[in-house]
Amino acid sequence: MTAAQLLQMNHVEKSFADDTVALRDMNLTVEQGGFISLLGPSGCGKSTALRLIAGLIRPTSGTIAWQGGQHEGDLGVVFQEPTLMPWARVRENVWLPLRLRGIRYADCKEAIMLALELVGLKQFHNAYPRELSGGMKMRVSIARALVTKPRLILMDEPFAALDEITRQKMNNDLLELRDAMGCTVIFVTHSVAESVFLSDRIVVMAARPGRVVSEVRIDIKESRGSEYRTSVEFASYAREASDALQQAMALRS
Amino acid sequence: MTDIQTLPNELNIKPARYIDAEEEALARKNRLYKIARWTLPSLVMIIAVGAWQAYVIVAEVPHYVLPAPSLIAKTLFTDWSVLWPALVVTGRLTFLALLLAVIGGLAIAVAFTQSKWVEMSFFPYAVILQVTPVVAIAPLLQIYMDDAFSAALLCAWIVAFFPILSNTTIGLKSADHNLQDLFSIYGASHWQRLRYLAAPSALPYFLSGLKIAGGLALIGAVVAEFVIGRAGTGLGLASTLLEASYRFNFGRLYAALVLISVMGIFIFGLMSLIIYFSLFRWHESALTRES
Repeated sequence: MTAAQLLQMNHVEKSFADDTVALRDMNLTVEQGGFISLLGPSGCGKSTALRLIAGLIRPTSGTIAWQGGQHEGDLGVVFQEPTLMPWARVRENVWLPLRLRGIRYADCKEAIMLALELVGLKQFHNAYPRELSGGMKMRVSIARALVTKPRLILMDEPFAALDEITRQKMNNDLLELRDAMGCTVIFVTHSVAESVFLSDRIVVMAARPGRVVSEVRIDIKESRGSEYRTSVEFASYAREASDALQQAMALRS
Repeated sequence: MTDIQTLPNELNIKPARYIDAEEEALARKNRLYKIARWTLPSLVMIIAVGAWQAYVIVAEVPHYVLPAPSLIAKTLFTDWSVLWPALVVTGRLTFLALLLAVIGGLAIAVAFTQSKWVEMSFFPYAVILQVTPVVAIAPLLQIYMDDAFSAALLCAWIVAFFPILSNTTIGLKSADHNLQDLFSIYGASHWQRLRYLAAPSALPYFLSGLKIAGGLALIGAVVAEFVIGRAGTGLGLASTLLEASYRFNFGRLYAALVLISVMGIFIFGLMSLIIYFSLFRWHESALTRES
C-alpha cells in the first residue's frame, strides 16, 4: 500500500540564538490519511517539529514541503491547552478560523454546527468556555481545528491535562473522527499507550539534541475499539514502543 | 462507569437537591451575610451621625466650627438653588474629562502597542505627566490656555487618563500566547488581531483602569475648580465649597462636601455596574463560586 504523500520534511534543522540545537536533521514523509505520533522525552524537539510544520517558526536549514502547496484551511492545530477565547461563545470559537478568512457567520453556520456535532457538543453551541469541563473544552478546540476541513491536523499533547478516563474516551473518539474526516494527524505525546492506541506510525525521538532515532509501525487495519487496549497485539506493540523509547532516553549525543 | 463526556447534556439538568442540616446552616449564614452587608454600614453611619449631632448640641459647638448634621441637611434644602447648578457644573466637567480620558487613553494605548518606537519615544512623557502633581501644573495651564474651561478640562484629563493608558497597554499585550499562535496559523491580519484578540483580552484591564479613572476625574475636576476658580468653570461644587469657607458658611461648605462625596459614590457605582455587565458572562472576576 502506498498512500499519496502529503508533506515532506527534508533534513530539517532548528537551532536557537543561544546555539541550542532543538532539532537535528529530521526527515519525515507524511502520507495522506496517516496517523503519526511523535513520542519522546521532554526536550526531544517534538513540539519544535510541530511548530515548524505549523509555520510558526522557520527551519534553520532544510525544507518542509506540502504536496501541491499549502492552501488556506489545509492545517488545523490543537494545542496542549484548549486555547479558547473565554469571551466568545462555543460557536464563535469554532467560527474563528473561518472568520479570520472573512467568512460571515451566516455563511458558515452549517459547517460550524457540523464540526460541533462531530465532537458531540452541538447543543452547547451557545455556552461560554468556562461553563464546560476540561474534556469538553478540548472537544471545542478539536471542532475548531476541524471546521476548515483541513488536510493535516497537528496535535500537541492535547489530552495530557485530562484524567485517564476522559483521555481514553477522547482517544476512541479521535480515531472515529479521523475515520469520518479522512484527514491526516500528527500527534505529539509522551504516553506510550496513547501513541500505540492511536497511531499507524510512532516516530521515537531523543533529546539533546532533539532528533529522530527510530520508528515503530503499527499494522492494525481494522478499527480499534476499547478491546484493542487490552489485546495481545497492543501489549506487544506497547513493549516495542516502550523499548524504543528507553533506548532513545539512554542515548547520548 | 459512565463518563461525563458521553452524556454532555446531563450537565444542564439540575438534580433535585437534598438539603441536609449542614447545607441549611450554610444557607442561613449566607442569608445573614447578605443582610449584614447592608445593615452594618448603615448602622455605623446612623451611630456616627447621631454621635456627631449629640456632640454639637451637648458641647454647644458653634456652627462655624462644626455644623450639626441637621444643619447640613437643612442647608441642602435651603441652598438647593445654588447647589444644584454647582453639581451640574462639576458633574459636566468630571464626565467630560472621563470621556476624553477614555478616548485618549485608549487611542494612545493602541498606538503604543502597534509600534514599539512610538511607545519607547512617548511612554516616559506619559509617566512624567502622571507623576507631576496636577496642582502644580494647573496654574500654568490657566496662563497658557485662553479658555479657562479647557484648562480645567485638561487638568482633570491629565489626572484621569493615565490609569486607562497604562492598564490598557498591559491588557493589549497580555493576550494568550497560544491564541496568538493560532491567529498566526490562520493568517490573521494586524487589524483582526487587534479586533478579535488584543481588544477582548484587554477589556478587563481597561475596565479596572476606568474604575480608577472615574474617581480621579472627580479629583481632577475638584483640583481644577480650586486652582483655576470660577472664572473658568462657572460655580462648581468645589468653588462653592471654597467660597463658603471664606464666608464661614459652614453649613453650605459641608453640604457641598456631601454632594461631592455622593457624586464620587455614584461614579464608583456606575463603573462597577459597567464592569459587571461587560464581564459577567466570561471573566473570572465576575464569577461567584459555589462552594
